[in-house]
Amino acid sequence: MTPRARAWAEGGVALLSGVIFALGLAVSGMTRAEKVVGFLNFFRGWDPSLMFVMGGAIAVHAVAWRLIKRRPSPLFSARFLVPTRRDLDARLLIGAAIFGVGWGLGGFCPGPGLASLVTGTPTALAFMVAMLVGSFGASKAEPAITRALQRT
Amino acid sequence: MNIPMDWIRALEGGALIGLSASLMLGLNGRVMGISGIVGGLLSPTAGDVAWRALFVAGIVGGGLIALATMPGAFSGGTASMGLVVLAGLLVGVGTRIGNGCTSGHGVCGISRFSPRSVAATLTFIGAGAVTVLLTGGGAS
Repeated sequence: MTPRARAWAEGGVALLSGVIFALGLAVSGMTRAEKVVGFLNFFRGWDPSLMFVMGGAIAVHAVAWRLIKRRPSPLFSARFLVPTRRDLDARLLIGAAIFGVGWGLGGFCPGPGLASLVTGTPTALAFMVAMLVGSFGASKAEPAITRALQRT
Repeated sequence: MNIPMDWIRALEGGALIGLSASLMLGLNGRVMGISGIVGGLLSPTAGDVAWRALFVAGIVGGGLIALATMPGAFSGGTASMGLVVLAGLLVGVGTRIGNGCTSGHGVCGISRFSPRSVAATLTFIGAGAVTVLLTGGGAS
């Protein structure tokens, strides 16, 4: 395969993967913010259905990963770019906790937030803009955050 | 036994999410983590933009198909505009510092039995549950 053909194939896979992902979110209920909040509401009328979203996704992807990792490289790129770190650190857990608070407040995580842009509602747009600002700001503050967390 | 329809739809949708993650990993060698893929567009590097932009375009395209064919698939909750903006900021900051969100850690990482992703997922679900408890599910 020529590098050019590879790049086209890689782009096509990304596009298709995005379409299937968004359909999966919509079918499963992840694009309904109050349903997500209902899942996080463990103490009053918990709605367990979103557990099955993760269950279904992990069941498929865990099997696929076992098959995929036997191969020397992915079909359309040079190597697998998969995180290999296994240690826990403060940064990971603090970041996850901050994300969780935001998720609980709005009922949106990044994927459903992005897919919900198609509704054209002001809240969906505002969420996405704020998320990008937060992500960009945190990346600019990266050195400071790393220094601060090394002391913990 | 009567299994709620919601659970079945959740499993089906989840399987689609797992399929899209598997295509991305098996063919492109990439983890399908939304916060990471989108975050990479904010500080673009040469040769690393097109596939990210196409993935985002795919999500929007899939979203449009869902909007046209699945009535009631989208709803924005009842959180106020101010709360939604705060939520977005926290999600952006948290996923950047914690290297991932529901898809990257919760689906892809757990599927690889990554201890970091298991810990992150338990943490963000826990933090989300405490938040919903403290706001009285008020955001819903």
